[in-house]
Amino acid sequence: MAEPGRLTIYTRVLRAQIRSQAQYRLSFAFELFASMLTNALDIATVFVLFSVGGGLGGFGAREVLLMAALSAASFATADLTMGNVDNLRVYIRRGVFDSLLLRPLSALGQLMAVTFALRRVGRAVLGLTLYTVALCVADIDWDIPRLLFAIVVPFTGAAFFCSLFVAGATVAFWWIESGEVANAFTYGGRDFTSYPSNMYGGWFRDLFTLGLGFGFVAYFPALALTGQPDPLGVPGWLHWCSPLVTLAAMCLAAVFWRFGVRHYRSTGS
Amino acid sequence: MPRVQLALTSAGFRRYATYRQATVAGAFTNTVFGFLRCYILLSVAATAGGTVAGYGGPELATYVWMGQGLLAVVASWDQLDLAERVRSGDVVADLLRPVDPLWTYLWGELGRACFMVLTRFLVPTLIGAIAFGLYRPQHAVTYALFALSTLAAVLISFCCRYLIGLSAFWLLDIRGVTVFWVFVSGFASGLYFPLAVLPGWLSTALWVATPFPGLMQGPLDVMVERGGIGNALLVCVGQVAWVGILLLVCKWAQARAVRKLVVQGG
Repeated sequence: MAEPGRLTIYTRVLRAQIRSQAQYRLSFAFELFASMLTNALDIATVFVLFSVGGGLGGFGAREVLLMAALSAASFATADLTMGNVDNLRVYIRRGVFDSLLLRPLSALGQLMAVTFALRRVGRAVLGLTLYTVALCVADIDWDIPRLLFAIVVPFTGAAFFCSLFVAGATVAFWWIESGEVANAFTYGGRDFTSYPSNMYGGWFRDLFTLGLGFGFVAYFPALALTGQPDPLGVPGWLHWCSPLVTLAAMCLAAVFWRFGVRHYRSTGS
Repeated sequence: MPRVQLALTSAGFRRYATYRQATVAGAFTNTVFGFLRCYILLSVAATAGGTVAGYGGPELATYVWMGQGLLAVVASWDQLDLAERVRSGDVVADLLRPVDPLWTYLWGELGRACFMVLTRFLVPTLIGAIAFGLYRPQHAVTYALFALSTLAAVLISFCCRYLIGLSAFWLLDIRGVTVFWVFVSGFASGLYFPLAVLPGWLSTALWVATPFPGLMQGPLDVMVERGGIGNALLVCVGQVAWVGILLLVCKWAQARAVRKLVVQGG
């Protein structure tokens, strides 16, 4: 009997996941619909606050929409693929993670496949649609670099959030009840990136925008696309650096994950 | 009988006090969100000329930080394990006990809320007070009304989540209802933005026709003395009325649900 390829195995696990999640149909339809509504609500919240003062951080509606939509598209895409890897702590507690390590496939790949949540498809589609709309209405002098950048940037943003999800899940190797700490940076990061970074103040702004790199998800890319200067005074060439920052984040997350897996000692019982 | 209630309440308290790491992690997350949302609202207020829908700087800081604290106390995001017990059939054992499961869960929830007030509520409130400075109520009675309003918020949240748990008798899987509830209760309770920002007709409709503002906006408006003592009393009366109505609905729904219960093999 020929051994099935890796891709075939992943496809099978994914298909089984999707089938099992769609079993309770009414519940699944509800979930799909409500998760789209939640995403729409995040954008609506930005605009409810926008309407109070007629601007956010000195930016007009089109720039704010571009940032919020870019953040939503990035986060929703990451959430779809990696959003449930934080279930790792449940797997560790129950000792199920050992069985993933025994199989001849990447542990992270398997974890992604078994925690895949189909209901988030709706959110990702909605996010990417909104981003397309935002690009169309935004005031952009289109040229080849900008076009390429506009295509790449939601995916580098998604990869950035994926790195956070993986890093957050990895903490569970040492600290099982850590779920909420990771939320501060994943969901917190989504909220942070939905608004222009210059709205925040003090050390908090510097830490999140530059130190942790959240400014490179939506704020700096939106400035790069619209060709606007940064009110915070960050030089223009840095606005284009999102892919590099994401690459660094991915490397760090990968190293951290490997370190975590190597130090995993099972539950012991 | 008070012995039973005391035992259930303290069991609820101890159940959550066991998870110390999770408590620290949760308080940390609330703090990050506190900074995030506080800066956003203060920036909006600065653009809009100092206030957002009548809330000034200290009021906004109180709204954000005490709101982050109340989140864990009211706990509208955490579902009771009732639905899981319905699905697995364990609910039969609950129904056989001499205490109605509605009251068992309610006393346990009050114990949980007490623990959360002492930890998850106090930490963000203190940090917010140090970092931004919170609103100081003018009248001493406001503190008492805030306590009452928070208790009512805990009970409203409990009743809604108990109803969601009961829906498992019909749906078996409550994930869909849960996501829907998280959406509605988040938006309509004033968690994402103060309800007063919405158009007048919409916020009035939410206050009058739904229990949701009583989950968050109610206690927070009482604390910042929005509309004075008169309005605070009105908020509290409305919340208590909703608690009464929702408890009756829970009772009724539970009676219906139990009639639907089929024990495996029976």
